[in-house]
Formats: sequence, structure tokens, C-alpha cells
Amino acid sequence: MAYSERVKALLGGIGEFSRVRVHLKDGSILEGLILPRPEVGDPDVLLVKLENGYNAGIHVDKIQAVEVLGKYEPPKVEVPPYGTVMAERGTGGRVRFVATGGTIMSRVDYVTGAVYPSFSLEDLYLMYPELRNLASIEMVNLMSIFSEDMTPTRWSAIAEEACKAFNDGVVGVVILHGTDTMHYTAAALAFALKSAPGPVVLVGAQRSSDRPSSDSFENLYAATLVASQANFAESVVAMHEGTSDGVVAVHRGVRVRKMHTSRRDAFISVNHEPIARVLTREGKLIMNTSDYKRRGQLECSTKFDDKVALIKYYPGMSSELLDYLVDKGYHGIVIEGTGFGHVGEWLLKSIARAIESGIPVVISSQTIFGRVNLNVYRRGVELLRIGVIPSEDMHPEAAFVKLSWVLANSSRDINEVRRLMLTPLAYEIDQRTRPIDYIVKPSI
Amino acid sequence: MVKLDYRALGLKVGLEIHIQLDTGRKLFCHCKPELKNTEPDFRIIRRLRPAMSELSSIDPAALWEFRKMKTMMYEGFNDVTCLVELDEEPPHEPDEESLLLALAVSKAFNAKVFDEVYVMRKVVIDGSNVSGFQRTMVIAHDGLAEFLNYKVPIWTISLEEDAARRIEDKGDVVVYRLDRLGIPLIEVSTGPMEYPPSSIMEVAWLIGRTVMNTRRTKRGLGAIRQDLNISIVNGAKTEVKGVPELSLIPKVIEYEALRQVNLLKIKDELINRGLSKESYTPDLIDVTGAFSSTKSSIVKRVINEGGMVAALKAPGLRNILGFELQPGRRFGSELADRVRAWTRLGGLIHSDELPGYGISKEEAAAVASRLGVDSFILLMGPPGNELQEAARVIVDRIKEAFDGVPEETRAAREDGTTYFMRPRPGAARMYPETDLRPIRITFELLAKADKYVPEPIDKQIERYTSMGMSRELARQLASSEYSIEAEELIRKYEGKVNPTLVASIFVNMIGGMGKDVSQLNLFQVIDKLLELYVNGKVTREAIQDAIQKYVEEGGGRGIEDVINEEGLWRMQYNEVESIVKSLINNGVKDKGKLISIIMRDYRGKVDIRDVEKAINELLNKG
Repeated sequence: MAYSERVKALLGGIGEFSRVRVHLKDGSILEGLILPRPEVGDPDVLLVKLENGYNAGIHVDKIQAVEVLGKYEPPKVEVPPYGTVMAERGTGGRVRFVATGGTIMSRVDYVTGAVYPSFSLEDLYLMYPELRNLASIEMVNLMSIFSEDMTPTRWSAIAEEACKAFNDGVVGVVILHGTDTMHYTAAALAFALKSAPGPVVLVGAQRSSDRPSSDSFENLYAATLVASQANFAESVVAMHEGTSDGVVAVHRGVRVRKMHTSRRDAFISVNHEPIARVLTREGKLIMNTSDYKRRGQLECSTKFDDKVALIKYYPGMSSELLDYLVDKGYHGIVIEGTGFGHVGEWLLKSIARAIESGIPVVISSQTIFGRVNLNVYRRGVELLRIGVIPSEDMHPEAAFVKLSWVLANSSRDINEVRRLMLTPLAYEIDQRTRPIDYIVKPSI
Repeated sequence: MVKLDYRALGLKVGLEIHIQLDTGRKLFCHCKPELKNTEPDFRIIRRLRPAMSELSSIDPAALWEFRKMKTMMYEGFNDVTCLVELDEEPPHEPDEESLLLALAVSKAFNAKVFDEVYVMRKVVIDGSNVSGFQRTMVIAHDGLAEFLNYKVPIWTISLEEDAARRIEDKGDVVVYRLDRLGIPLIEVSTGPMEYPPSSIMEVAWLIGRTVMNTRRTKRGLGAIRQDLNISIVNGAKTEVKGVPELSLIPKVIEYEALRQVNLLKIKDELINRGLSKESYTPDLIDVTGAFSSTKSSIVKRVINEGGMVAALKAPGLRNILGFELQPGRRFGSELADRVRAWTRLGGLIHSDELPGYGISKEEAAAVASRLGVDSFILLMGPPGNELQEAARVIVDRIKEAFDGVPEETRAAREDGTTYFMRPRPGAARMYPETDLRPIRITFELLAKADKYVPEPIDKQIERYTSMGMSRELARQLASSEYSIEAEELIRKYEGKVNPTLVASIFVNMIGGMGKDVSQLNLFQVIDKLLELYVNGKVTREAIQDAIQKYVEEGGGRGIEDVINEEGLWRMQYNEVESIVKSLINNGVKDKGKLISIIMRDYRGKVDIRDVEKAINELLNKG
């Protein structure tokens, strides 16, 4: 938003970030810096950052005159060209950071109070000096998007960038990613890199790095440690294990899910235990399992199908929604059913129509935890008879990503799709669920 | 101590008064603003680190190493803390009641309210705020508070969240309690005043009292806290945080003025001695060898633990290191403060205190000859960064002495002296709270705030004198913590009990006892006593005796039990009559003498009106 015409007239040519003395009609005087009008609020109110650091607004009606004292040059944000790899030596193996967006690096300009994103490797080392002792970091700025703007096409781009990094000889890749859809991308990379010379670690922050309490410091430390030192070579997410600092959980990309809007420990492994934990203070990586993909040859299949839908069944949901997807030529559908994987009987016809049209329909469960089982109740049996594919113990988003990958990397023959969907490729399906694999309420 | 001439020194003192509000919820969440003294329901561990743009002055790696070791433990309660205090959920919309109170206080102090208010994040990394910043908003500016004969310039009135309570510092871990975090505070900042220290204390009190007159403030220990900004001519603005009691204000001001006077003397002396900043470098020399057969238990312990004794040359500072700035605080203490603030070392030993700490004259001489200077500083600890960092901050402080008084934020001790907390930030480290939208201060909001506007102290005093109180008593009641209770009882017993009696109960009896009314149910006790008094069961004098006994016993017994035990029930008229009769029979015939004997022997038990009546009747009869 811009200032109103009245404020503009008052200011004459005085620009934003000018240091000014504002003479008020009541005789009082305020000194400070004129700030740009925020997107919200009253455009007739002039926003000044006062000498004492506070921002405050004064309505144009109360101002007698504005006198210029000087001008401040706010720092410029330098965005390095997309795709350029910056490198700087530290101690340890080469780890490449791929930035996709989010605010894992930001700096505050206290003169204006503005928070600026930063993209340079020098800033990264300045901000996270301890990383220098873990690895030689290289950084590439791939895209700068909100995580909700992620698409299957962009998963492909990230996967290609990760493969390129391994081809360049790095020992691990760290993907800086906004947290909202991080678990989708993490699952995508698990399928795209069937085998790799090192881990791909997705990392983000629930509290942005301009605040001293940010979780980004420990998360990034743990991600770098995993990327450079772990024996496994899988796509994982490294985020806080609890609300306390000190432990970062390393989740398999195919198992993890964002389960809270705001907490640091929002990421939880579903039907599964985190593959490892990092004790940040001790700098230790502790494995929870010895069953994992080892570092090996690079095998990449980076394509994803963007004509896959993930829809949630709700009581009374109309079959039109399914018909629409079929009519629009979607390649695959994942339905979040109720309980074991059920839907209302009035959907059966439309599901059957989809499958007959060659569109695979995967049934997962909106309970998130637990295994889909279509043998227990009659509705399940009916769905099986029609030909749906149960997602087993995959959560809905993992099933969605897997279907997108399977469709892009197979003939799309419905039997082949079924076979691949039911075959464990990246630890996304396990026939055993242990009692401890159900954690919905983390301890404080 | 030398009496300071504050006028000649150009003493200026500004106040920042923080008053906790007693609102329905906390400022940025919907938890009750309530302090807990029970075992916490949960504890979490966090670490803070400075945000990027603050990494300028110190090597970031070293700073990180330093900070990394310091861990915060936060104690929380399921009923008064939620995800907002834990910094696990964005702040909620600011509490409207708190905002209205801040607007009302702004009106009371004639301050000009801003049209748009912005919640800011003020960076604080000592752990007292889980997020690493305190949320604060400036509401009004440029006011003038007038009370009694004071005219106090009000710079700003702000509304902010209170910090977590520091419970314990275990060295590696600092424990904070989250109940207090987020309780709304009104901060009133005054401009610099030239009043003498005792008047500054009174101004602080009056500001607090005025805000309390909104009737929506917390009371008791810690509900009002004050910071001081103190400077003298050629000195520097020193901010003193956390003055624990109002009564300490004059002493803190006096000691700080003294400190600045003495630092200026040191500056002159440094120049007189022809010294220069360049002579001081943070080069440490290992002098552990000089202490191989030391008797000093401190030194022995350090050496046994594998530590070293390192010496820093401080040429020319003989008798300056030991120069007293405040009672018991020397220039060497200033250096030690810096060491404690920036490193994990416990402090230092300087040559002006030697021999001492078990270090012999010979050992001191050995160090001096090794260094080739007669003034030096000894640091002890494990070899490495901490010692080096300590040497650096000491040298920095010595260099600052050449410029006089450094700008600092200091913390007050119980005895009125202060110690270094941190440098005064050049500009406040503030940036907007991006999770909240600006608040437009509308006419509707301002009108709504009217009902909270506190009664000015002067009006309050006038109202009391119109009830028949003396001006002195009225003034005392207005500045008493108990004026609200007193007024409630004055109203309750209107026409039955003289307001002066009620006021003096609170001002003279309770006020002097240093007890909190809420703690001992004193309000109920006084209410009961007044009821008994109105019903003719006790005398005026008995009220005081009964309260005193009750408080002495710590409220262990009911007030009626106290009256029984102490025999404080008012005598029936016929008993008074028989006492008078027996005295007259024993030959006391003078009215004045009779009264004084009876009032002396039966104090608290007889009503003077009964005595007078009996004497009059019996003497006339006789």
C-alpha cells in the first residue's frame, strides 16, 4: 500500500527512509525515520521509526510540517543468480545447500526494523559459524518460493539439482525448504533418488532466524552433520524432536508429516520411528536403526506426474468431485477415506468408473496413523472388488507423492501401477507396525 | 561519606516505572495473568543466540561458544502458560483492556496518543523472554504529570509484556518461570529531572500511585518496578535496572553520582600521570610458576585443576585499581564485573589488593618483577579462550576510563550499589512484530478508555480532606498502598465511623507494620473491628492494640480470640462507674487526675466518654 495523496502532499518530495523532524500541531516534535506505509492500516497515517526504536503512526491531520534532517540507505538485498554454485572451504566433506525459499537466513536492519532475507555463503557462515567445522559448504539458490507454492514440477527440479550435486562429487545435500509442504518434497526425493552417494536432508525453521530463539540454528547444524557424516543415503527431514532445544529428529522423508501449525516439533514420523537423532550440543548422531539404504551409486528418476489429485472424503461428499477429475483427464487419484479406508456408498459407482477409465484410485486413511485395511468391513470389501489400491501404512501425502512418481516413471498400466504402489521402494511401506510407532502427543 | 552537591554536579535523573496490570488475560495470549508458587507442571530447555546483525563487535564464533554453554530452563504451568509463552505459537491480538488502561494513563499524564500503534520486538537475549525479544508498543508521547508541587515531563507511555521470572542461576543453566511472562505492563518514562534523590523517590511513588488509581493494577512485591537513568555533567547516562525497592532510589542515585564523580577523578589522574590508552594490550603472561608453593587456597585449587595464573600488565594504575568508587566497590570491581559479564570466569585479583587472598607479598613481588610493572591484574582459570576474552574486556574497560564514564546498563544490589550488566545499546534493537497488525487508535477506543482514567493524586487528597482528614493524613492515605481498602471501609461505615479513624488505621497502624494486607486477611479483621466498635463492643484504642497483637501472632488466631485473650472488650458502663466510685472513695477527687489514672490503667478497655460521664455523675452526686 502507498501513502494517501494527503500524506504525499504533506511530504512534498521527502522520500521514505528520510530522517525527519515532524512538527505536530499540538506543539510537540518527533524525530525519526519515515518508513514505507505497511500493507495494512490507514494510508492517512504517517509511519515513523522514532529515535527510541519504536514505530508509531501519526495522522496527517495532526502534522504541521515535516523537516528533513538526512537520509538513510537501507541495505540492499543481493540475490545471486539462480543456479550459481558458491563454495567456501570448511573442514570436512563437501555438502551442498540447495535453497528453495523460506527464511532460514534473515538479518534485521535495526535502523529501519526491516527483516531482509540473505542468500550469501558468507552470511551463512557468519550466522552459523559452527557449520565451518562440520563441512565445506557450497550453496546454490535454486528457487525462492513459499512452500505452499511447491508443485510436482518443482520437486523434479529439486531432485535434478540434488542429483547434479552428487554428480559434482558432494557427500551430502541439504535442501533449505519452507516447512508447510516439506514432507511432500522429502517423500518425492526419496522416490526420485533410488540410490545415492549420500543423504538428502531437508531442513527448515518453525521460528524464523531473525529471532534469537529460532530453531533454525540447531536444525541446520543437525542437517549439515547428517549430510556430511551419516552412513545412510536417504531423503530425510531434520527438525526439532521436542519443544526443547538439544535434540533434532531425523525422519524418513516418506514417513514424516507436519502435524502442528506452529510448534518446533511439528514434524512427526507416522507409523515409524525417526531414523536417527542428532544431539546438537554434543554434536552426535545416534541411529535408531541399522536398516537403511547405504551410500552407493547414484540412480535418479526425477520425473513427477502433476495430474494426480489428493482428495479427502467427508460425510455427504458428492460423487461429482470424482467424476470431475475423471472428466478432466487426471492420471491418478488418492482418496483419504475414513477409518480403515472407507467412503460413502454413493461414491462406489464413480470410483469404479475412474478405474475402468484406467485411472488408478489409491485409498488411504484420514486417521493418518494406522494401516488401511479393506477386508474388515463390507465397504472395504466392495472397494477392493472395484479395484482400488490400498495405501497400506503410507500416510495420504506419501501415497499421493508415490502415485505421482509411479505414474511418471511407469507405463501407467493400472496393474503395473498397483504392483509398484504395493511394493516398498524407500521404506514407505512396512508390514510391521510396532506399538511404539504411534506418537500423537509428544511429551513436553 | 562526602555529601554531594547535586546541583553543582548537574545531576539528572529519569525514571522508567513499570506497573503490572491486573487484567482478564495476558497481553498477547489468553492465559490468566497469575503468579504461581507451586511445583511447575513442566520444564523445557532452550538456548538463545544473538541475531545476525548483532554479531558486529565480538568474534561471532567466540560469542557463539560463549552463548552455547548457557542454557535456559523454563518452568511452565498448564493453567497459566500456553504455547505463546513457549514461543511455540504466534502472539494473539493484544488485550484490549490493557490497551484501554494504557490510553487512560496517557490521558491522566496529559500525553499525546499516537494514531497508530505498532507492536515491536525489543531484542533481549538474557533468556528472560523465551522468544529472545520483549514485545512492546509505544502508546503516547510528550506528556506532563503534575502532582503536589512536582512537574514531571513524561517522555513516553508504553504497553509491554512482562518477562519471565528468574528463579535461579545454576552456572550453566539459568532457570526462569514462565507465569509472569506476558503479564501486561505499563511503562511510564520520564524526561530527566533535576530534583534531589529523595524527591525522585517521591515522584516514582506518585507515578505508581496514579496508575494504581485505575484500580486495575497488580499489587504486592514486584508489581511496580523502577529503572533509573542517572547522569551528571561530563559523566554519562547510566541506566540502573531492577531497583528492588522504592526506598532504595535515593541511595542508588547518590551512589551512582558518586561513582561518576570518582570515575572522572580517575580520568583526571590518568591524564596527570601521563598515561595513554596505547599502553594497555590484552597480552597475558603465564605466571603460574610464581605460585608453585603458594599458600593461597584459591590459587592452589586453580592449579590443581590444571588451570593457570595469567597476568595482565596494567602499567601506572597503582592505587587506581583499588580506588573506591562506591562503598566497597573499587575500580578493580568494574574490571571484574566485565569479566563476569563476558566470560565464565569468576573475577580477577588486582595488585592493589595484594598481599591478599592468601597471596603473599613475596609472590606479588615475584609477579611484578616478572612483568616489569608494579600494577597488574591476575586471572585464573583453564588455559584458553576464556582467559584471553577476559584480558580483552579488561583492557577495553581500562581504555574507557580515559574517557571518563562509559555508557552502561547496570543492575542494582540490595545495598544500593550497582554492577555492570551490559553496554547501553546505541540504538534500541527493535523491529516490528511481524505476526501482528498495527492498531488504529480510534475515537471509539479513546472514549472507551475514559472510564479507566485514574483520579489524579491532588484530587484524591482534596477529596480526603473534604471528609475531615488533616492534609497530612490525606496525603499519607493517597500515597498509601491501602487507599482502596480504606475507602471501601469509609464508605461502608459512613456516618458511623469517622473517616479519619479508618484512614489512620491503615496509614499509621498497617502502613508501619510492613505487612501485606492481603496476606493476613487484615482487611476482614479491620472490618470486623470497626463493626465491633460501631456496636460499642470495643474502643478506638483497642482497635490498634488488637491489630498489633494479631499481626505479631502472624494471624494465627481469630481477632475475637485476640480480644478475649488480651481482655480488650469494652467495659460496661456500670463497671466503669464502680472503678470511678472506688477511686473517689480512695480520695481522688480531681477530674483530670481521675481520667488520667483510669485511661492509664484500663487503656483500650474503657471508652473515654464512659469515664467522663461516670466522673461527672459521681462527682456531682458527691
